[in-house]
Amino acid sequence: MKLLIKSGWVVDPANNIDGILDVLIENGKIACLQKDITVKADKIIDASAKIVIPGIVDMHVHLREPGREDKETVASGTQAALKGGVTSLLAMPNTTPAIDSPANVDLLKNIIKKSARCNVFISAAITKSRLGKEITDIAGLKKSEVIAITDDGSSVDDGKIFLKALQKCAKEKMLVIAHCEDKALSKNGVVNLGFISTKLGLRGISRESEYLRIERDIELAQRVKTGLHIAHVSCRESVEIIAKAKKKAVALTCETAPHYFSLSEDDVAGYDTNMKINPPLRAKEDVLAIREGLRSGVIDAIASDHAPHTENEKDIEFDRAEFGKIGLESGLAVCVMELIDKQILSWPELVRKISLNPAKILGINKGRLSVGLEADITILDPNKEFILKKETIVSKSKNSPFIGRKVKGAVEYTILGGKIVYEEAC
Amino acid sequence: MNKETTWVRKDLLGLEDLSREEIKLILSTAESFKEVSTREIKKVPALRGKTVVNLFYEPSTRTRVSFEVAAKRLSADVINIATETSSVKKGETLVDTGRNIQALKADIIVMRHNYSGAAVMLARHLDISVVNAGDGWHEHPTQALLDMFTLKEKLGNIEGLNVSIVGDIAHSRVARSNIWGLTKMGAKVTVCAPQMLIPPGIEKMAVRVTNDIEAALKNADAVNVLRMQFERDDEHAFPQQLEYLKNFGITEDRLLKAKKNMLVMHPGPLNRGIEISSEVADGTNSVILEQVTNGIAVRMAVLFLVAQGRDKKNETSN
Repeated sequence: MKLLIKSGWVVDPANNIDGILDVLIENGKIACLQKDITVKADKIIDASAKIVIPGIVDMHVHLREPGREDKETVASGTQAALKGGVTSLLAMPNTTPAIDSPANVDLLKNIIKKSARCNVFISAAITKSRLGKEITDIAGLKKSEVIAITDDGSSVDDGKIFLKALQKCAKEKMLVIAHCEDKALSKNGVVNLGFISTKLGLRGISRESEYLRIERDIELAQRVKTGLHIAHVSCRESVEIIAKAKKKAVALTCETAPHYFSLSEDDVAGYDTNMKINPPLRAKEDVLAIREGLRSGVIDAIASDHAPHTENEKDIEFDRAEFGKIGLESGLAVCVMELIDKQILSWPELVRKISLNPAKILGINKGRLSVGLEADITILDPNKEFILKKETIVSKSKNSPFIGRKVKGAVEYTILGGKIVYEEAC
Repeated sequence: MNKETTWVRKDLLGLEDLSREEIKLILSTAESFKEVSTREIKKVPALRGKTVVNLFYEPSTRTRVSFEVAAKRLSADVINIATETSSVKKGETLVDTGRNIQALKADIIVMRHNYSGAAVMLARHLDISVVNAGDGWHEHPTQALLDMFTLKEKLGNIEGLNVSIVGDIAHSRVARSNIWGLTKMGAKVTVCAPQMLIPPGIEKMAVRVTNDIEAALKNADAVNVLRMQFERDDEHAFPQQLEYLKNFGITEDRLLKAKKNMLVMHPGPLNRGIEISSEVADGTNSVILEQVTNGIAVRMAVLFLVAQGRDKKNETSN
């Protein structure tokens, strides 16, 4: 089985490729990248005027299964991923039950085996039931092929317990992903603390609740000399703290999400609950700081923080609505509009943030188009504009803040292990 | 009545969205309705055949009764729903409750809700009118409108007035609506509170901020004294009650240093001896009971206009 991608603009920073090339895929693997390949292929994709990139690696996705199959399933979430050009993702462990033991990892693995449509990597909880009290069996989780641990949705408030977890992770060479939030400071908050919370009469979530916890987590990780990845960075101070720490820290990385460089607290006006996100949409100056952090390289990765919720949980009073938004299907388009078109990142730089760096951080052999590797490839039309419609969302939940907005940059093909698994209907 | 401006909104959700002309229209409409309450038969047929539903998720006597009286003086039929007796207790969502009321062919929902933004959300889902009777800390537009009506009636013109709002600004929907309304009408607004009750960024609403009560009262043409809701201080943000009276309470001593005819307003209910002394509340500067009377006229105007606005909307969509 041979698949030939003709005349696309190939962007693969791992191999310093940024130009028009043909890509030949044979038996599911990348066989050859060259100009004007002339072999008889079983299928040829004409990619002229299209961009060909290594499949996106989304390192922050809530698939909700097991437990909340009404919001999303492994099947529906991974189908949404393919539509968004995502070929590998890291599933967050805050399910019901939480992925906090090798037995629960097996449960999830079985679901993935039966229904996943893209590569799903597994993260597990730092503490049992994510309660911040008792550390999980990290050595056992490592053996079960868990590639990162996180209590995402909560921070481990007890510094001593977090330190102990870091020590165990250092020993097991397990990546720790930190959700940084001091809930004593953010308690009952629903929007960014500032003019927006004042204007709307809502309780605010301060920037301190995020960056003070980032400071603590970095300090503790440095003390035990272990790797730390900071999830969903949203404000200026956080970027500054991470920039400073990176100069001396071992293996410190971080991610942001598309909504933090495209939307601001102003978008919450009108009480749109799809704009209710944690950490909250921040001020305009934070949006600029996140963009600058991406440009300068302080922010390593972009991940969707895809957080599906049902209409029953969203179409209610703002205070009562769940936090979070879906993002698998819109992420790439938002990156094209906000980062490429605004000349904050070049294509090779963007591909680093969405494919190569997340793969490196997670230690998985993805995010590059090297000969011999599984052919996970995304082909997109960077100039195609479309309006994001609720009816066309594949994810089970429809809580996208971009519904009704015009976006630019459409995924045309997603190729997984050499097979075309998504093809845009023309 | 103002001939140039016509009312096209089906809802009244807050004063932030309104133009100066729309506020003027409400106030002038209220002026013409005020006389109705002085008649022997206090009724006009303006809303005859219309149904107004008071949907109150928070205990309220004065606002609910004021709306009820206003609706009845316009000959509307009024139904009161309090959450204790409704299916809200059974877990019905706000939108479902609203849709049910709409299905009963009611015309206007007057809603009081403890969550900010609840009225905005409800209005988005319904074709019938929604009037916000106070949502969380967000807005209480009819209270601010009756405050402005009282100012205009007593002092002639709102433009150029110095108005000080004293009290728990952070948690007050009355403060927010007054700030939006007064600044649009050209008044100069000062907010005064202990620093912990000044919400962040409030100065962006074009107000002067002070923690000094003497400074707030100096040159003020009117002071709007907010109720200190000590019973709701779940965040422990409040000073001690006696400390508050000492530092921020409106007392006769403080009145002596202010402009002689400074109006004293209060949205009620009063905490005598906490934010305001009894001598001041019952004194000659106080217009607190006139505010209550004016509330009827203002709410009649609002109910009348939103009903009209909805009819206009239906005409254009047909």
